[in-house]
Amino acid sequence: MTSIFPPALIFIAGALLIPLFKGKIRSVYLLTLPVIAFWVLLNVPEGTYTMFAFLDNELMLRFDKLSMIFGYIFVIITFIGIIYALHLKESKEHIAAYIYAGSALGVVFAGDLITLFVFWEMLTVSALFIIWHRQTPESKAAGFRYLLVHLFGGVCLLVGILMYYHNTGSLEFGYIGLDGLATYLILLGFAVNAAIPPLHAWLTDAYPEASVTGAVFLSAFTTKTAVYVLARSFPGTELLIVVGAIMTVFPIFYAVLENDLRRVLGYSLINQVGFMVVAIGIGIPLAINGAAAHAFAHILYKALLFMSVGAVMYRLGTAKATELGGLYKTMPLTLIFCVIGAASISAFPLFSGFVAKSLIVSAAGYQGLFIVWLILIFASAGVFHHAGIKIPFFTFFGHDSGKRPKEAPLNMLIAMGIASFLCIFIGVYPSALYSILPYPVTYVPYTADHVVGQLLLLFSAAMAFAILMIKGYYPPEQRSVNLDTDWFYRKGAPALISLISAPIAKLNSWAGQTALETMPNYLVWFGKNPLAALRIAKARFMLALPGTDFKEEIKKGMENEKNAYPGDGIKPWSIGSAVSIVLVFFLAYLVIFYF
Amino acid sequence: MKKKESDFFDKPRNRIIMASIFLCTLVALIVADFFIPKHPYFSVEGIPVFYAIYGFVGCVMLVVIAKQMRLFLKRGEDYYD
Repeated sequence: MTSIFPPALIFIAGALLIPLFKGKIRSVYLLTLPVIAFWVLLNVPEGTYTMFAFLDNELMLRFDKLSMIFGYIFVIITFIGIIYALHLKESKEHIAAYIYAGSALGVVFAGDLITLFVFWEMLTVSALFIIWHRQTPESKAAGFRYLLVHLFGGVCLLVGILMYYHNTGSLEFGYIGLDGLATYLILLGFAVNAAIPPLHAWLTDAYPEASVTGAVFLSAFTTKTAVYVLARSFPGTELLIVVGAIMTVFPIFYAVLENDLRRVLGYSLINQVGFMVVAIGIGIPLAINGAAAHAFAHILYKALLFMSVGAVMYRLGTAKATELGGLYKTMPLTLIFCVIGAASISAFPLFSGFVAKSLIVSAAGYQGLFIVWLILIFASAGVFHHAGIKIPFFTFFGHDSGKRPKEAPLNMLIAMGIASFLCIFIGVYPSALYSILPYPVTYVPYTADHVVGQLLLLFSAAMAFAILMIKGYYPPEQRSVNLDTDWFYRKGAPALISLISAPIAKLNSWAGQTALETMPNYLVWFGKNPLAALRIAKARFMLALPGTDFKEEIKKGMENEKNAYPGDGIKPWSIGSAVSIVLVFFLAYLVIFYF
Repeated sequence: MKKKESDFFDKPRNRIIMASIFLCTLVALIVADFFIPKHPYFSVEGIPVFYAIYGFVGCVMLVVIAKQMRLFLKRGEDYYD
């Protein structure tokens, strides 16, 4: 059965046709593609479809509830992101964005590991072009680092897949689970894209260097495809609970210190993906539902936050907290959208984060994981602290920067408006989201104790922020770089290489000096008068021997010899005597030959 | 072009009103927390105002630790250039 048209190809083939269009027609075309893709998704019956045979295996597409929910949100966010980027005159970023989104769809609907790997690598490459599109030296360098880290992950994944195929004889992409080296390598490949520490630094390194519009796309796809593949192949892996819990906590501290607000968003992205990774590690249906729901909600509000900070950056050219402040005066709509995004990520009741994150926190409670539960609650308060309050506060309030930018362009406002609407819609009407989750849902998010508990948590976090701010204890915004694990390849690796290469370089230059200069020079010197040279050597040897008498005499003789060197040199011999010697040798050969 | 500048949040009166609303809500929530029925996963969750205390202490700790981390992690903006 091959009557299914792969959704990935709608975007990827569609991207290649973009250069044919100009002006208004191009805008219409750009907005049509996601609509077509969404329509296709709505009409696909669930099931697995064989596309064609490849070697001894079949390349397959799989549509089930888990892949569909990711497919829906990927198409929706592409639509929103494209509206946000509609003002761009050049089509390059649109093309890269569509190939990027298409690759993400390809991963999500892949039914076998070959298809998965191909789209996985396309995802890396297309993301690279989005990062590079800003065309600053920083984005170029960050893009190369992004490429290196992801190629490492890709190689791990490929080797893992090959070993897995060798072991099991199957290329089906389904539950894998941790069992042997092959599966660890596959997990490692996935972990790079999921920004699991210590492999997370590419995210906070590269995303803030992308363009205003590019960061919106980047925030949505790479990490969430990784969440999908983890949920598909490693649910219930306890290791993921541990790393996920770490992911939810450590970025908060960085986010508090960070000055670049898009980098703050990068850290909170890792924190949010941490919730999903914990949920996948827990692995019960409630938790997997939570991971999928949270991915859905998260893509929307994270893109919304990137869009609102991006709109400020579009107007002012910077997203650094030290340069911003007081912008509410002239960008009130952007402020409102930003606050909606902030309320959603902070999981305020009636916003999308609340109905999604609750599933995960409840799953941890349901399984009796007390420490994990405490960590998740702390991380929830922390994310409100840095993403929910810090981002809007330092951008739109804080100290007045004196800047009075215009409100964001219309297309950006529309994109933010749609995302805001969806954030609130999901929060107010959670059954819409719950109905497309992988497992049936009986969960009720809005109970009195849950709402009051969550509000208390958030209000007290806000209280803490306010008191620390008024007391002047809150760390002031400072222009700075905060060390993270990317230090190891940005500073550590070059240092290590020079540590290793310095002795080797020394050895190399010494060997070269000896073999190519000192020794030939000596031979030349020796050849000028071997007899005298031997006499000097003998004198030196005698001097070196212990207990020799006449040391002074020998020394004097050697000095004389040295001064006279090379002296007359070798006296040329007559040809006759040379020929005689040669004849003697011939004679010797003859004798040897016959006996 | 007319200047369309809002100064709503600069007026001390508005600030005081907002702060009062915030504090009143917080107090109301704390009071409510003593009376609503709970179905906790863990016993600590059943303690009234557990979330308030945990959130407040957690966030203060967060900032205190982050400030200490800055001593080790902070470098100049051109550190990697």
